[in-house]
Amino acid sequence: MRRAADHQGTRLGMWLFLYTEIVLFGGLFVLYAVYLSTYSSDFIEGGKSLSRLFGAANTLILLISSFAVAASITAVQKTQKKRSLLCLAVAICCGLLFLMNKYFEWGHKIHADIYPGSETLAYGAPGRNIFFGLYYVMTGLHGLHIVIGMTLLSVALVLTARERVTAENHVLLENVGLYWHLVDLIWIFIFPLFYLVL
Amino acid sequence: MHIASYGRLLGILVALVALTGVTVAASYVDLGAFNVWVALAIASTKASLVLIFFMHIGVEGRLVVLSFLGTIFFLSIMIGFTFWDVAFRG
Repeated sequence: MRRAADHQGTRLGMWLFLYTEIVLFGGLFVLYAVYLSTYSSDFIEGGKSLSRLFGAANTLILLISSFAVAASITAVQKTQKKRSLLCLAVAICCGLLFLMNKYFEWGHKIHADIYPGSETLAYGAPGRNIFFGLYYVMTGLHGLHIVIGMTLLSVALVLTARERVTAENHVLLENVGLYWHLVDLIWIFIFPLFYLVL
Repeated sequence: MHIASYGRLLGILVALVALTGVTVAASYVDLGAFNVWVALAIASTKASLVLIFFMHIGVEGRLVVLSFLGTIFFLSIMIGFTFWDVAFRG
């Protein structure tokens, strides 16, 4: 007997999971919004000390990776296996580049004695402490999502190569794509709020 | 089966990159408190493009669109009620 495949239900399940992710990050954005209204000047100063160049570069990297994942689904649907694998590989490389940038950014900040519990923050303005506390928690949690997303993309890549993801059944790739796009969506909001507050 | 063409996906990528440029440029213009709202408006536009054209939110029919909007609605309650509290503290 053939197993009935409920692709629509599978995708719906993924969306339900994504809603919980939205609320998870949403709670952190609420914290950000409340403290922005309380400590506006400290937040503006904090935002100016972050590298816009790194922030913008990472935004572009994630946008390109999102495009690559969307294109890989199109490729699978058109049974262009090689192109699909190439797109997934590009997306994974973009994730790696993103994390490398993050490493340099965080390293630079930690070197300047700005990290949770550092003396500069602990004895400085409270608003500055909160800004960088939220910066580390939100970009850190987002970075963790990038790592998970890259792992899932790698699984999708292997399964596509082994023809377990096909034009007829590619719901796994679609769901991995949905997750990766959500990670991109969250960064779309993190970037202007942290890097571009005037 | 719904297949998105490469051309359309590429077009959306170009639009997203352009909007990133706009949001960076807008941050250099001092609009006071409006800067945050402008940034949020551009970010929401970008998010909508990703949701509609990369995530194909509409393909599943109304169920996913409505439940997604429901999530955003409850998120706005969370934000709204928090500010309701914070704004009126003595």
